[in-house]
Amino acid sequence: MDEVLLRSLTPSVLTVLVRRGADFAAAEDAVQEALTEALRVWAADPPRDAKGWLVTVAWRKFLDAARADAARRRREDRVEEEPAPGPAPAVDDTLQLYFLCTHPSLTPASAVALTLRAVGGLTTRQIAEAYLVPEATMAQRISRAKRTVSGVRFDRPGDVATVLRVLYLVFNEGYSGDVDLAAEAIRLTRQLAARIDHPEVAGLLALMLLHHARRAARTAPDGSLVPLAEQDRGRWDTALIAEGVGILQAALARDRLGEFQAQAAIAALHADAPTAEETDWVQIVEWYDELTRLTDSPVVRLNRAVAVGEADGPRAGLAALAALDASLPRHAAVAAYLHERDGDLATAARLYAEAAHKAPNLAERDHLTRQAARLNARRCR
Amino acid sequence: MAKYLLLKHYRGAPAPVNDVPMDQWSPEEISAHMQYMNDFAARLEKTGEFVDGQALAPEGAWVRYDGEGRPPVTDGPFAETKDLIAGWMIIDVDSYERAVELAGELSAAPGAGGKPIHEWLELRPFLTAPPTITE
Repeated sequence: MDEVLLRSLTPSVLTVLVRRGADFAAAEDAVQEALTEALRVWAADPPRDAKGWLVTVAWRKFLDAARADAARRRREDRVEEEPAPGPAPAVDDTLQLYFLCTHPSLTPASAVALTLRAVGGLTTRQIAEAYLVPEATMAQRISRAKRTVSGVRFDRPGDVATVLRVLYLVFNEGYSGDVDLAAEAIRLTRQLAARIDHPEVAGLLALMLLHHARRAARTAPDGSLVPLAEQDRGRWDTALIAEGVGILQAALARDRLGEFQAQAAIAALHADAPTAEETDWVQIVEWYDELTRLTDSPVVRLNRAVAVGEADGPRAGLAALAALDASLPRHAAVAAYLHERDGDLATAARLYAEAAHKAPNLAERDHLTRQAARLNARRCR
Repeated sequence: MAKYLLLKHYRGAPAPVNDVPMDQWSPEEISAHMQYMNDFAARLEKTGEFVDGQALAPEGAWVRYDGEGRPPVTDGPFAETKDLIAGWMIIDVDSYERAVELAGELSAAPGAGGKPIHEWLELRPFLTAPPTITE
């Protein structure tokens, strides 16, 4: 059985239940149960109409739960056996699900969990494993999120920007467990891009594809990080790059620039360089200037300093860096790199060690420690 | 989303405000303290922020490799160990501010006289997974 195909049906099954009058939280639980049952029985007995099967089973689960609930409260069973014909939807229902699951009233962690379950069709256990928390905790996080959005109208368009931020988080910040979160983020962003004509949705999709293309080259067999300049570009996925570049070019032609398109443009310039030495750093600096205008983010300014160092030499990079707050994450790592390029190995080694001490993750810390060790070994020779 | 470790010390932390050793509390005060800890963990599970909580026995030993073909060397327990961890809680929260808020609540667990201990808890961030997009 194709689990991804099964999961891709989740949003449309869920919206059928909601259109029939089920409230979102109960409908979502029912769909989750139907998915679990599908995983159990489809392998031996696959249905001809997968979506029809899921709708039937989910609706039955919903009715069962509603009846049990009603009985528990000793109230009249007011749930109709036959589905009521809902009002014709004005907006695409699946799109509405994205807006609901990433509603601004949710914390990022809750929005991520709810999106992966209600739109992505992942089970609570899979999401819990992906984020290294107990299943009970994840179940509570999801039901709490559903309570938070229970009063939100389902028929109003939401803010695309909040949806994109959540999908970006799923892509960029996950552990590497059984669930491939990066692939899942791409699938959900593709599905979104098919439903809404928005250059930033395309921009984010292109950004994901261009970075995903480098995945095989990004880590060494021992799990350590391989910096962009040292990656074996022959291992980059050219099909993903071509697709990402195509999507990006179409988006840029619309002339409504946003931060994801600008970030994707930078990734595309890296993808375009046959070797690290042939990278068009001057154009990359220009894109960082655009990004700075769009976001005014200190992290962008820090990355810009690296690009300036490549385009105009390490002294220029250090000058750009001098204007930034030294307490920024990765400031010391950037300073170390620029000092090394400038030939000041003692300062670079000291800064690499300092950067390692402040690194927010193990892979980066190990990488920076190795850089410090490499320079110290060279200086002692 | 970030994971933090809240470390509780038998010894080694700065002195709390309500600094009376547990064996001098009343049995009811001990029960109230335990109840507070359990309620705190249960509440965190409800908010979707609980990851793990464990308590450690105060007595332990040092162990080290002693060379090929030899059994590991053990030493201790040492009554005088300066830093002695009593247990931990792991939380998964949206921000550092939230982690501090929760540690503050846990530190308010009641001790002697039913008053908050104001115990110092050590708050340590986990190293995360590396992000994919860095440039």
